[in-house]
Amino acid sequence: MDRKIRVLIGKPGLDGHDRGAKYIARALRDAGMEVVYTGIRQTPEAIADAAIQEDVDFVGISLLSGAHNHLFPEVARLLREKDASDIILFGGGVIPEEDIPGLKEAGYAAIFTPGTPAAEVVEFINLQMEKRQ
Amino acid sequence: MTSTTGIIQGVGEGSIRAIARALSRVENGSSDSTDILDKLFARQQGFTIGVTGPPGAGKSTLVNRMITRYRADGNSVGVIAVDPSSPFTGGALLGDRIRMQSHASDPKVFIRSMGSRGHLGGLSGATRDASCVLSAAGYSPVIIETVGVGQAEVEIADLADITLLVLVPGLGDDVQSMKAGIMEIADIIVLNKADRNGIEQLESYVKASLEFISAGFKKPEVVRISAVNGEGLEDLWGAIDRLAATHPGENRISRSAVRTLNEILRENGMLFSEKLLELEYNGRETAEELILAGQLTPYAVGKKLLERAERMFEHNGSN
Ligand code: B12
Ligand SMILES: Nc1nc2c(ncn2[C@@H]2O[C@H](COP(=O)(O)OP(=O)(O)OP(=O)(O)O)[C@@H](O)[C@H]2O)c(=O)[nH]1
Ligand SMILES: [Mg+2]
Repeated sequence: MDRKIRVLIGKPGLDGHDRGAKYIARALRDAGMEVVYTGIRQTPEAIADAAIQEDVDFVGISLLSGAHNHLFPEVARLLREKDASDIILFGGGVIPEEDIPGLKEAGYAAIFTPGTPAAEVVEFINLQMEKRQ
Repeated sequence: MTSTTGIIQGVGEGSIRAIARALSRVENGSSDSTDILDKLFARQQGFTIGVTGPPGAGKSTLVNRMITRYRADGNSVGVIAVDPSSPFTGGALLGDRIRMQSHASDPKVFIRSMGSRGHLGGLSGATRDASCVLSAAGYSPVIIETVGVGQAEVEIADLADITLLVLVPGLGDDVQSMKAGIMEIADIIVLNKADRNGIEQLESYVKASLEFISAGFKKPEVVRISAVNGEGLEDLWGAIDRLAATHPGENRISRSAVRTLNEILRENGMLFSEKLLELEYNGRETAEELILAGQLTPYAVGKKLLERAERMFEHNGSN
């Protein structure tokens, strides 16, 4: 058995800020994970469908444009609708503190804001994997 | 749906989740992966196209064009895109999908990214098995994009029915250092980025190299395209269709069966050897230590293992 943690990093909507997403993607790769990166300007649908085809354990969404309160829950809804609510959702970007409880309610296990060290994200994923086993 | 039978049934019904799970099982070498493949093998119906070539040659961009082309014909298309895994951490950044994402929500397109996971040669150890799963699920063609490394061509040509080697202007020494053997293995040589300077030079260089192809080998067709602006794609599709027509379906499947058997025999040989090492030396590590300490040569170990196996067969052969 050669099981790897698989993570998809997606950027929904029109937001073109991709540094954070790429930074996280590389950090997770360096932590030994297989990271599928979809690129920018994806529809929530395309992200959810890609996540299912890729059979990932996690989907991480990145958004700096301010549209998170709409796009984050939409990805979560689509995954539930497609019978893939076992995939763990998390996200990051420029997200005001007061929006975080609502996103957690929508199904996000954690939200990481600017300045978060990548190690914290790696730790979060490893912890979630342990909990799952 | 996590049960083996559930997955096999799901693949038959075209369930995306089941296909995705089956791919993970075979990729991870789970205990039920051979059962899954055993059930799916005979259901394969598609043909496979391999796309190889140096990093950044435009392989993914071309695969994206191929998806559009085959979808327009009404086919379901499967894609396996292999990217390199880090030999140090085992991690991988799987980015081929970026260029194909416009097809992500098309239910008749299935794209799967794979890390090479320590396998050399431009594919991952499970690429053939993954291709079997997609083909059995009804995707045809199954397109396989290799890691953009130098020696990938040989392995992909063995796996795929049709192999495209993508070259681009400005490779310079890279093309020159390519052995004639690699060019012989490709069915079609695609000269991409025809919108760029240097395409003429590349074409004359490639054509000159092909002059040296050994007698008895078929010369690959050379097609000039631009995967970004679409130039030359019709010619490429024509070349692929001509080749596909020369590979009747049954022929393809029996060829693939023999190759798959070869691969399984190799894997089994490895497994049996590990078992024999266990019996003879308490495991591979000890044998390696003895070799490194200069007490044994690798040849002596190999011979010892064969003798051991022969004694075991003689012992059992009498009944
Ligand atoms: C660099 C930058 C740009 C660059 C982007 C380059 C690029 N390719 O990314 C350029 C100049 C192109 C740009 C353009 C614009 N920008 Co700008 N930009 C920034 C800036 C200064 C830094 C962003 C950045 O790269 N940070 C570095 C990375 C590493 O950090 P990060 O993305 O935040 O990621 C960290 C965390 O958030 C988290 N994270 C992020 N994503 C994810 C995902 C996961 C899964 C996880 C776990 C964690 C995680 O982890 C990372 C590490 O800590 C920010 C201001 C700021 N301080 O954030 C504004 C900012 C994001 N931009 C802003 C705006 C308005 C724009 C423009 C609309 C400006 C305009 N009017 O033209 C355009 C829009 C461009 C577009 N197409 O979307 C606003 C957004 C306002 C809002 N949210 O309400 C900001 C916040 C500036 C501001 N204070 O007004 N921008
Ligand atoms: N000018 C030009 N650029 C192209 C063409 N085809 C691809 N590209 C560009 O070349 C770059 C690499 O393209 P990819 O399709 O990702 O190449 P690849 O061979 O899949 O790369 P790896 O998978 O990383 O080895 C991208 O910026 C493409 O837009 C073309 O015909 N002309
Ligand atoms: Mg590629």
